[in-house]
Amino acid sequence: MELPDPIHQFEIKEIISLNLGSTNISFTNSALFMVLAVLIGCGFLLLASSRRKLVPGRWQSSAEMTYEFVANTLRSSAGSEGMRFFPLVFSLFLFILMVNLFGMVPYFFTVTSHLIVTAALSILVIGLVIVYGLYRNGLGFFRLFVPHGVPGVILPFVVFIEVLSFVSRPISLSIRLFANILAGHITLKVFAGFIVVLSSLGWYGWIAAVLPLILTVALTALEVLVAVLQAYVFAILTSLYLNDAIHPGH
Amino acid sequence: MELEAANAIGAGIACIGMGAAGIGVGSIFGNYLAAAVRNPAAAEGQFGRLIFGFAVTEALGIFSLLIALLLLFAN
Repeated sequence: MELPDPIHQFEIKEIISLNLGSTNISFTNSALFMVLAVLIGCGFLLLASSRRKLVPGRWQSSAEMTYEFVANTLRSSAGSEGMRFFPLVFSLFLFILMVNLFGMVPYFFTVTSHLIVTAALSILVIGLVIVYGLYRNGLGFFRLFVPHGVPGVILPFVVFIEVLSFVSRPISLSIRLFANILAGHITLKVFAGFIVVLSSLGWYGWIAAVLPLILTVALTALEVLVAVLQAYVFAILTSLYLNDAIHPGH
Repeated sequence: MELEAANAIGAGIACIGMGAAGIGVGSIFGNYLAAAVRNPAAAEGQFGRLIFGFAVTEALGIFSLLIALLLLFAN
């Protein structure tokens, strides 16, 4: 028996076919799960904040914990001035968290396993950093690339490295999220495939298939952790990059 | 050498980079843990920096994983 194709789960299917001229703008399974993630994220917050009490119940305290968690992350890395970007960072965190956790449900599509989605999110963040940095600091924004207290001889090299690290930020920000989710889902699929292949061999295969089954359960737990961690990493890196736009001098 | 075989070998070589990133991530968490055990009061405040260092180190390993995936599936 062949191993099932681990890439097949990332296939984009059109649900409602739409064409605008020669451009395909169909409503796909990717779009469906993005909409679902936004709806459930908003519904969770609305439900949690509809009956507000001084002593919060379960829903309200979970929403407050999420709020406080992101707010503390942003405040500690971008200062109180960075709090004006709180809606953006909180939306990014909640969207990526919802989408990643949705991906852990079997047969559900994982939106962040496509590079174009994560690239769009990171271009939004880096574009905002550049535009806001130039708007707030003018040309002083470029002090970001010139650290203080570096001897004149090696300064060009340091500036070169700083520019290189700034340019690689949108690449690493998008590829980190994408590749973590993609690799995790491929690994899960491959190990789940071992169960099917082994169990098709007969009774001794069934006994051997217990091992990949245990591994799959353990990997699922690990992937839930990765889903939450990557949403947090995206939020904290967004805050740190926004900090560069607000305080460009090192 | 056949192209497919060369692809598979290249993907295998690219995965060495992930091992190197594993050393880096292990060193970050190990040092954090060592410092956190010595001074638990300061550990909480450094969690953000821990995750930042982890993310930046892990990105390099992820790049080599991406090369491996591209070699295996994008050709």
